[in-house]
Amino acid sequence: MFELLPLDWAWAIVLYWMALGMLGLFAQRRPALITSLVFPLGALGALAIAAVGVAGLLQPASHFILPIGLPDLPFHLRLDALSAFFLVLLGGAAFGVTIYASGYLRGMEAGPLGLLTLWYHLFLAGMVMVMLADDAYAFMVAWEVMALSSYFLVTTDHKIPDIRRAGFLYLLIAHVGAVSLLLCFGVLQGGHGAYTFDYMRHAQLTPFWTSIAFLLALFGFGAKAGLVPLHVWLPEAHPAAPSPVSALMSGVMLKTAIYGLLRVSFDLLNVQYAWWGTLALTLGLITALYGVIFAAVQSDMKRLLAWSSIENIGIILTGFGLTLIFHVDGNGSMAALALTATLYHALNHAFFKGLLFVGTGSVLHATGTRLMGGLGGLIRFMPWTAWLTLIGALAIAGLPPLNGFVSEWLLLQAFLLTPGLHQSYLNMVIPVAAAAVALASALAAYVMVKFFGVIFLGQPRDPSLQHAHEAGWPQRLGMMWLGLGCILLGLLPTQVIEWISPVVLQLTGQNMPNDGHWLMLSPVDAERASYSPLIFLTVVLVMLLLTFVAVRRVYHGRVRRADPWDCGFPEQDARMQDSAEGFGQPIRQIFASFMHVKRDTPDPFDDRNPRYHGASLDKIWSLAYEPIGRLAGWLSNQVGRLQHGRIQWYLIYSFATLIFLLVFTR
Amino acid sequence: MSAGILLQVAQTLLAILVAPLLLGWTNQCRAWLQGRSAPPLLQPYFTLRKLFHKDAVIAHSASPLFRFAPYMMFACMALAAGIVPMVVNDLPFSPAADAIALVGVFALARVFLALAAMDIGTSFGTLGARREMMVSFLAEPALLMVFFTASLISQSTQLPHIVETLAHQDFAIYPSLAFAAVAFWMVSVAENARIPVDNPTTHLELTMIHEAMILEYSARHLALIEWAVALKLFTYSALGLALFLPWGIAPAGDYAALPLAVLALTVKMAGGGALLAFLEAISAKMRIFRVPEFLGTAFLLAVLGMLIHFLLEF
Repeated sequence: MFELLPLDWAWAIVLYWMALGMLGLFAQRRPALITSLVFPLGALGALAIAAVGVAGLLQPASHFILPIGLPDLPFHLRLDALSAFFLVLLGGAAFGVTIYASGYLRGMEAGPLGLLTLWYHLFLAGMVMVMLADDAYAFMVAWEVMALSSYFLVTTDHKIPDIRRAGFLYLLIAHVGAVSLLLCFGVLQGGHGAYTFDYMRHAQLTPFWTSIAFLLALFGFGAKAGLVPLHVWLPEAHPAAPSPVSALMSGVMLKTAIYGLLRVSFDLLNVQYAWWGTLALTLGLITALYGVIFAAVQSDMKRLLAWSSIENIGIILTGFGLTLIFHVDGNGSMAALALTATLYHALNHAFFKGLLFVGTGSVLHATGTRLMGGLGGLIRFMPWTAWLTLIGALAIAGLPPLNGFVSEWLLLQAFLLTPGLHQSYLNMVIPVAAAAVALASALAAYVMVKFFGVIFLGQPRDPSLQHAHEAGWPQRLGMMWLGLGCILLGLLPTQVIEWISPVVLQLTGQNMPNDGHWLMLSPVDAERASYSPLIFLTVVLVMLLLTFVAVRRVYHGRVRRADPWDCGFPEQDARMQDSAEGFGQPIRQIFASFMHVKRDTPDPFDDRNPRYHGASLDKIWSLAYEPIGRLAGWLSNQVGRLQHGRIQWYLIYSFATLIFLLVFTR
Repeated sequence: MSAGILLQVAQTLLAILVAPLLLGWTNQCRAWLQGRSAPPLLQPYFTLRKLFHKDAVIAHSASPLFRFAPYMMFACMALAAGIVPMVVNDLPFSPAADAIALVGVFALARVFLALAAMDIGTSFGTLGARREMMVSFLAEPALLMVFFTASLISQSTQLPHIVETLAHQDFAIYPSLAFAAVAFWMVSVAENARIPVDNPTTHLELTMIHEAMILEYSARHLALIEWAVALKLFTYSALGLALFLPWGIAPAGDYAALPLAVLALTVKMAGGGALLAFLEAISAKMRIFRVPEFLGTAFLLAVLGMLIHFLLEF
């Protein structure tokens, strides 16, 4: 009896997506067919992948060898709990985003739309293959498919020079990272020449090479995830891509790097040293704080979200580092708690960041600008988009009872358990690190008030905004799905944690203990800490209702409309509201040492047309990347001296090479 | 259980009803200290009553968010008042939200108010929202550090457990708690918009933080906000008392101790209000960009408290 396993389904969906991509390419003369048929079908595939992931979480790991590729190098595929969890993440977020895309892409030019359809579905297929690959060869092929298809997606509007430049930067750093991964796998195979993960699990490496492998993996995956100082491509590439693509890249693609880190360090290397964890924790904290500080001073809404993704990756890495520390210390249940927080945050980020990016997509579509200085008051013209985006903004700000709070709460609880560690210096320093997480999440609230307030609230800063149109139904449905995800992940943490538990069990060998019942999330011990979002929400709603009824019953509901109070200034207009730069000003002042602030101020006396321009630039770019760029340029110039354009010289080169090789190989 | 729920509801209601009294008492004390003739003790209630009777005036450009925010803020503060042990330690609702969630509740209320302040689109509203969020991101880590210190001592983040551990142990001196207490005072001054961080009685828009956010509110919405502000001050005071002076709070199931607990709360609150008035009377409001230094000090003190806990008490 032939039975289809979840792994077979996953593989089938990869093929299905590839076929859809080809269909899009061939149907590029009929854009209506693409948006109303191909994308909804693609979304169904995403839903199916999520279902496969759920099934994979419930079943034991399964293998499959796919006889394609080079001779003697078939693709090994494997679906275990870890891959299954990330498939759920991918499917869940990609479903909403693809539904959204089916509406958003209407009205796009026919030619580019066909290509975009192809790359979009290849991108999804590549990400699924990354999570299924069970040998280094298949992994690298899938990784490159993912990187290249996303490069072509980023450069969809390739006629704009800035976008081409952003795409190139992305491609460059993606490949620097890929080289590092290749080296990492080279180290991992330990001289056997066998590149399947199964061999790597059992390869005996010396401590030195084990750590080298970890560092290479951290570098390679860090380049994909946006770890500081490898983050520079993120704020360039994410705004350049079409919004559904930004949503996928930020929400899902960054998580493939987290998946890879977990796979290599837990599964292949079987975590051996606590300093790996300390390193990851430190880098994670730096990334989180650096990301959120820069998010607060951005004035381009998509760039702001890209920086905020860097922050969230930092928080995820912090949790990862903490897991490593606990795991090496032999504290299985604490490692389980920290890992649960890490995975939970990864899942949450896929939903709320996806929601926010597609929200900015609708704003961009309706107004034609990404600059927050030209927006404002959109809650009146685009109420659906505004209220749905508000859910995402509150969730990412870490406010109860939405999902961002749950993972941050779990992470802080994990931090509070560090006194149980056996190394005394670690257990003193790490709770202080919790303060950095708290600072990052408080700053995230600042960023989100700025993001939502400047775009959707206040008065329109441009008269043309009065005609901004609301997003269509497919967009609203996609956003509703993502918003619903944020709400449900926030309200049902015990259920979600139960789903995650096979992954946690696989990696740490223990489950996160939950002492409470289904209503009450209580890691470790009910006496120690507990949180129940459902009760929380019920009490807030009851209080809201009681207050409202009491105020209306006892008093009245009379309202008069008037002009806003002008504080005695006769002229008040929309330009006097805080701009995005103005709102970021306290951050610029407090954290001035982290950034280059460039200001062009007008001459106060003799300037007929005064213009003010300010920008806060990333110091890492000028300190690290520009010297490297100059060095590369200089080296290329030196090598360029070999080129003369004369045939005689080139013949001499060939001859010399030939002689050299003959002598050398003899 | 049902007695517990009854007590829970009773304590929350008590907090809501008594909260403006603490504000009135503080104002009275401050007036005496400054040599002015004091307003009546019940003045905040009169103000609330007046405000509730008025017609609400709302700007043309206000969205539903603007009208929703005061209710949200009030509900959040009522919820916070339900979590903090004030009179009894037997709160069936408290497992639903621990100390970290309490910080989240305050943040939720603050974000809604800041968004509402930006809703009308006046320059002062956005200015207030920006400053309020700045103060909050500086204060929140320090507040969490204070909670961390307390919960490292008691091995729990649940407020009733913290209180029980601190109140019912042999009388031990925790130097870490002394640092935490000073840090907590600084944070609560900032979070409640009191002198020296903000001046609740100011009439100068340019120096405002909290008041700038609510310039556009009137009548019942303003009343709800004012009431929520009073409730926030009351809850913060009760929180400080519960963490650092927990004696007198009735333990779970001990109904005979209730009258004494109410008396203890009254005495402690009266003392706390007078102290707050005294500290406000002797200090001046600081410039807005001195606030990071002030709250940075609070954070440092909280961290010091935690390190001392590890070095001396662990």
